[in-house]
Amino acid sequence: MRFLLLFSRQGKLRLQKWFTPIPEREKKKIVRDMTTMVLARKPRSCNFLHWKDLKIVYKRYASLYFCCGLDAEENELIALEMLHRYVELLDKYFGNVCELDIIFNFEKAYFILDEFLLGGEIQETSKQVVSRAIEASDMLQEVRCCPVGTDLRSVFPSS
Amino acid sequence: MSPSVRLQEMIRVIRGARTQGEERGVIQRECAAIRAQFRQADNGTRSHNLAKLLYVHMLGYPAHFGQMECVRLIASPRYNEKRVGYLGAMMLLDEKQDASLLITNSIKNDLSHNSQYVQSLALCTLACMGSAEMCRDLAPEIDRLLRASNSYIKKKAALCAVHIVRKVPDLGELFTPAARSLLCEKNHGVLHGAVVLITELCERNPDTLEQFRKVVPELVQIMKGLVMSGYSPEHNVAGISDPFLQVRILRLLRILGRNNDTASDAMNDLLAQVATNTDSSKTAGSAVLYETVLTVMDIKSESGLRVLAVNILGRFLLNNDRNIRYISMTSLQKIVQTDHNAVQRHRGTIVDCLKDQDASVKRRALELSLALVSAVNIRSLMKELLLFLSSCPPELRAHTTSGIFNAAERYAPSQRWHIDTILHVLTTAGGDVRDETVPNLIQLITTATELHCYTVHKLYRALITDISVQSLVQVACWCIGEYGDLLLRGECEETEPVQVTEDDVLDALETVLQSHMSSPATRGFALTATMKLSTRITHNVDRIRSIVSIYGSCIDVELQQRAVEYNALFKKYDHMRAAVLERMPVIDKSSPGHTNGESAGGIKELEQTKLTQEVVLPKDPGNQVCDLLDLLGGSGEPVPSSGLSHTVPGPATSTSGGDLLDLLGGLDVSPAPPSVKVYEKNGVTLKLQTDSQTDTGMTITLTATNSTDGDITSLTLQAAVPKSVQLQMKAPSGDVIPARGLGLVTQTVLLNNPNKVSLKMRVRVCYSSQGAVCQDTVQIDSFPSPAW
Repeated sequence: MRFLLLFSRQGKLRLQKWFTPIPEREKKKIVRDMTTMVLARKPRSCNFLHWKDLKIVYKRYASLYFCCGLDAEENELIALEMLHRYVELLDKYFGNVCELDIIFNFEKAYFILDEFLLGGEIQETSKQVVSRAIEASDMLQEVRCCPVGTDLRSVFPSS
Repeated sequence: MSPSVRLQEMIRVIRGARTQGEERGVIQRECAAIRAQFRQADNGTRSHNLAKLLYVHMLGYPAHFGQMECVRLIASPRYNEKRVGYLGAMMLLDEKQDASLLITNSIKNDLSHNSQYVQSLALCTLACMGSAEMCRDLAPEIDRLLRASNSYIKKKAALCAVHIVRKVPDLGELFTPAARSLLCEKNHGVLHGAVVLITELCERNPDTLEQFRKVVPELVQIMKGLVMSGYSPEHNVAGISDPFLQVRILRLLRILGRNNDTASDAMNDLLAQVATNTDSSKTAGSAVLYETVLTVMDIKSESGLRVLAVNILGRFLLNNDRNIRYISMTSLQKIVQTDHNAVQRHRGTIVDCLKDQDASVKRRALELSLALVSAVNIRSLMKELLLFLSSCPPELRAHTTSGIFNAAERYAPSQRWHIDTILHVLTTAGGDVRDETVPNLIQLITTATELHCYTVHKLYRALITDISVQSLVQVACWCIGEYGDLLLRGECEETEPVQVTEDDVLDALETVLQSHMSSPATRGFALTATMKLSTRITHNVDRIRSIVSIYGSCIDVELQQRAVEYNALFKKYDHMRAAVLERMPVIDKSSPGHTNGESAGGIKELEQTKLTQEVVLPKDPGNQVCDLLDLLGGSGEPVPSSGLSHTVPGPATSTSGGDLLDLLGGLDVSPAPPSVKVYEKNGVTLKLQTDSQTDTGMTITLTATNSTDGDITSLTLQAAVPKSVQLQMKAPSGDVIPARGLGLVTQTVLLNNPNKVSLKMRVRVCYSSQGAVCQDTVQIDSFPSPAW
């Protein structure tokens, strides 16, 4: 996967994850192109598009569009499943997630994504493992009183 | 107020801004505050300030002043600060920034941190934005983590290794052993990472690919386990056990089995099993089946398996889910060349998809339909394509029309069908056709001699209905000009004839001439057509004369030139008018006038060709006068000698060339280009004529005629040329020469003479005449000059 974008129906960007180094200006252009193309699609259209040499897979969940750019050899259908899995993870974490949750807690959305994907590939195929890892990291964040160098694995055993 | 509330407070304020200007103001203030905070010493709010900055960055505002803060936060011992620092690094830093190098050390330290969550942060950041240098530095660390850590870290290390291999392919060798051993893991996350890593290694290094072919049995076992296993709640998606892992394994198997019989054999059974047992009612199952089909088609699978795969794609075509129909068609497109017959079986469904609402599906269906056109299905498929054209989205029209024309040209069952099809396309989508369509169609019409009457009737009807489609109007004008007499006759076998008067026809042409919708090229066509009609109609020549003289003062230079020349044809050269405006010969597809993109110019060139073809440039000036008499004596009519002197511009008997029309003064203009008689015996005459000549070759046509009372049959011509000359004989027009000069046989010969040797040719003629077989050889030492 080359990139993953989340944007609203008005074209406002809510999350952007880039898996290859791209100059800032080009990132902006890609975002513009994606939002234009995807927002122009009719409601019951196919979820796959072609853009330059990439396959674009997008899915709309309520007021948010989840859009990712794939290389030619990647499987579009499994990418749809992957987008769905990410939404499920967000839903589990926030409880009935909506766009506002992602706006006001964008850094958490990134943390969840970073437990699910790494370098553009899926790193964990089990929902429970990902959720547990996020919870553990969150707890670690709360623990401010542990002195530096504490073996935290004794406090929070790894899954 | 806890700092994180302030972040959310800021977000709320920004969202509350009513205008872009207001938003910019708020953001400028916040950024100033953040910058000030960054400069201060550590006050416990750094992570939140950076988070605020990252939000601002996502809105599109510059945030580069936060880069150093990211570096500082990454180095902090506190987890919450590290977390935001790494996030900031992934968002604000990329390998092109200098600051990214500064975090290499922090990453190195964090890779060996006590806490796996800190290690995870470092691994994630390295995999996201690690530069080649950083990767080289840290590769040994990653390799260590691949071998000796818990599964949580192993899976991340594996994907980090993938990134490193992408950045620095040479390091692939470092990770190969570890990758191999990871396949023994039970943890799905680690397995998935291992498969991705092995895929990457094999794609980049053919030797590694060879090595990993040995693990095909192991991969097959893992897949079998997944497919046959019972319900596993942790990995189950819609009844499929870990579809993500299954898809990755299938993809790796594809790479390993490609071009290798042993590996392909080893996975054959498994693929059959997956193909038959996977439930495709939901996307997850379909994804696995899709990947299976791709793998089957790409490896050396046995034919039964291939048929199974194509049938799966056929089933997908009938699926309600649009996505599945779409990917089915993209897959069929990939295999339509190699497994053409298998795909043909699903033609009906594919053609139905042309009517789908979705633009992507329509486009795929169109590509596939065009690829499936064959001589067998051309009629029915063309009906569907024409139906599609009438309702297809505008962005697909040009592609559809050119696809239809290509298909028609290759597989047209009859000329009438071909002409009908092209006319249909022009009427439906004439504005979206290529420029060459007009001359192509005209050429097609001239060759279909029996259909001239039919064509001109159809085109006349189209013209009086609608003159807005330029391509159609141009062809219609040309036809009416050429075959207007057939139109006026009012009888036609193939279609209902129109009853028109000469005035009606001239009205139609004049409408085109005067309409603002007509392009200059179209008006040129109309004017020339009007002029041609002057020799085909009887009563209204004066009307044509007046039209032509009016346009002599037209502002459009092209039209003016034409009108002036035609005027001259009326006035000074009226005696030549009939010959000049005679019926055109069949246009040869390869003639230069034809390849001229601008159709109006092309036709004009052909007209000028007619005028100049009587200019003979003899090669040897010696006995030219006698030869000329011979060459032009085809019809036996006397040639006035005064005119003769004008026709030879060569050194011996030249007069001032003057303008083109002067050269033809007094000559009996016959349409046949000069030909040399090379053989005459038993009533069989063979003539040779040069069609075109270049420095390194020429095209000649041999024409055989028969003046005996019986038909000549089994005519064959063979030719031999000097060694360095290349000869290509085109198919003859037939092998029977009708008796009494009622018909002839022609054969075109192409000669390529790259070494420019003197061209000689020996021709052997074989034929049967009145029961006897005759065979003769002729030597040709000199060739006549070309027609023009």
